[in-house]
Amino acid sequence: MLTAVYGSLESGLIYAIMALGVYLSFRILDFPDLTVDGSFVTGAAVAAVLITGGMHPITATVIAFFAGFLAGAVTGLLHTKGKINPLLSGILMMIALYSINLRIMGKSNVPLLQQETLFSKLADAWATLDQIMLSVISPSPKTWSVIFSMLLLVIVIKIILDYFLKTEIGLALRAVGDNEEMIKSFSANTDTLKVLGLGLSNAFVALSGALIAQYNGFSDIGMGIGMIVIGLASVIIGEAVVGSKTIVRATLAVIIGAILYRLIVAFALRFNFFETGDLKLITACIVVLSLTIPRYFEKYREKKRKSARKRWDQIASTKTHL
Amino acid sequence: MLQLKHIYKVFNEGSLDEKVALNGVDLDVKDGDFITIIGSNGAGKSTLLNIIAGKIMPDDGEVWLNDINMTSLPEHKRAKFIGRVFQNPLSGTAPSLTIEENLAIAYGRVHKRTLGKGVTSKRRNEFKEQLSLLGLGLENRLNAKVGLLSGGERQALSLLMATFTKPKILLLDEHTAALDPARAEVVLSLTKKFIEEFKLTTIMITHNMQHAIDLGNRLLMMNRGKVIFEASADEKAKLTIPRLMDEFAKIQDAVSDRVLLS
Repeated sequence: MLTAVYGSLESGLIYAIMALGVYLSFRILDFPDLTVDGSFVTGAAVAAVLITGGMHPITATVIAFFAGFLAGAVTGLLHTKGKINPLLSGILMMIALYSINLRIMGKSNVPLLQQETLFSKLADAWATLDQIMLSVISPSPKTWSVIFSMLLLVIVIKIILDYFLKTEIGLALRAVGDNEEMIKSFSANTDTLKVLGLGLSNAFVALSGALIAQYNGFSDIGMGIGMIVIGLASVIIGEAVVGSKTIVRATLAVIIGAILYRLIVAFALRFNFFETGDLKLITACIVVLSLTIPRYFEKYREKKRKSARKRWDQIASTKTHL
Repeated sequence: MLQLKHIYKVFNEGSLDEKVALNGVDLDVKDGDFITIIGSNGAGKSTLLNIIAGKIMPDDGEVWLNDINMTSLPEHKRAKFIGRVFQNPLSGTAPSLTIEENLAIAYGRVHKRTLGKGVTSKRRNEFKEQLSLLGLGLENRLNAKVGLLSGGERQALSLLMATFTKPKILLLDEHTAALDPARAEVVLSLTKKFIEEFKLTTIMITHNMQHAIDLGNRLLMMNRGKVIFEASADEKAKLTIPRLMDEFAKIQDAVSDRVLLS
């Protein structure tokens, strides 16, 4: 049981980076970007191929990040310069990336088991650290290296993202998703901002893909299927639990949502009734529920508020009659 | 300063719904002018402002600003010189951003946007000062989301955002029409105040003839894509609503007569 929680925490933190990317496109730009399914694999493929080619895992991961930026920027160009509908530009890019990812990998699966990855390096570093600290505390589980390093990375990314969204460019980016007519009238080039936003969004997604490939020990052409829905689930669950009043809170919500999503899935899979193949169905159900239930509650609350007000008005009017 | 040279614009060309929105409009706006435009629905008033703002490109004719031909300059580049307030109070502000963040966006119109913080403490003080001009107490609600403000407050904020960076031209498209009379008066008096304070060259569309007569130094009446009547400051001083209506009816008759005769 505890291993399942550990596993959910680890992968949840890595997927949180992807979810932050989806948050950027889906919430900030108000652009439902399906490129994610492809760019996630692009990140994994680029990192896997470069690592098997002998490159340092950190450099390979950074290059994967930029590969994702490129993919997202192309989606942005299709939409802004090609005037293609947002959903369709994402779908087109997703399909195109399928072939591109196969070209990058050369085959449908690249194993990384015998390779030095970011995580094997981290585990080594952690082990030496543990040896030094041995006199102070008892040896910690090996998996802690992943949790701590990823927690650190996610926190750093969150802080940078929070800052970025409050810069002059960041504010303009947020206004694009909020009121495009307005930001145009304040001399912002919405096309450039959209390309930038989508690029950044997919860069995070690809970074997450590169890390997942190293974490799981392989890159696979099918690993991105349904990734956008997982990202959405994380964003929506997080917002429902943590709220999204300010940017700082909203990005925290996304991270917690990503971890919660992994935990929910891990618990669901513990029932013998479910098979691993049911995962996508479970994900879809989670998203549907987290989209509909809050709305239902909202309606209920509204009704209650209005009836309370009505009663108040009645009391007030009878009083004035007196 | 701003010149429109023989602007021509047709919508839905070649279809049954073909509509000539602007039919050869010439306009020469002098520095410091405050022009009010009146006219019935579909007269081409909004189209005219949209062509100046670059939201719509003319089919024929040119737009010049300070001897620079900006006919084909995209909207966001022109916006550096042009402040706009729309009819819909929701159009001029970003609802999920706070008041100070909205002002920071407005500030970015004339300054290049960078990776520096949008709201610095220095700017916050400036924003507070500007907001206090509105007299609505918004300077104490800098961190409130604009979506929570009332229509009147949002429109007053839009007006401030459009003007405090001192654009070369201010375009007002019936910006009080969606407000209740009391709020409309507040926004209108603020409009007067800002135009005087920032010395703005302004073009204002209105449906309120009294406003058109009272405000500004020039009055234009538009009909069917043409400027059919113009009053200078002196003529305006003598204008009354009945006279304006007469003027309109006269031209209306002349137009329909011509249609009948042709």
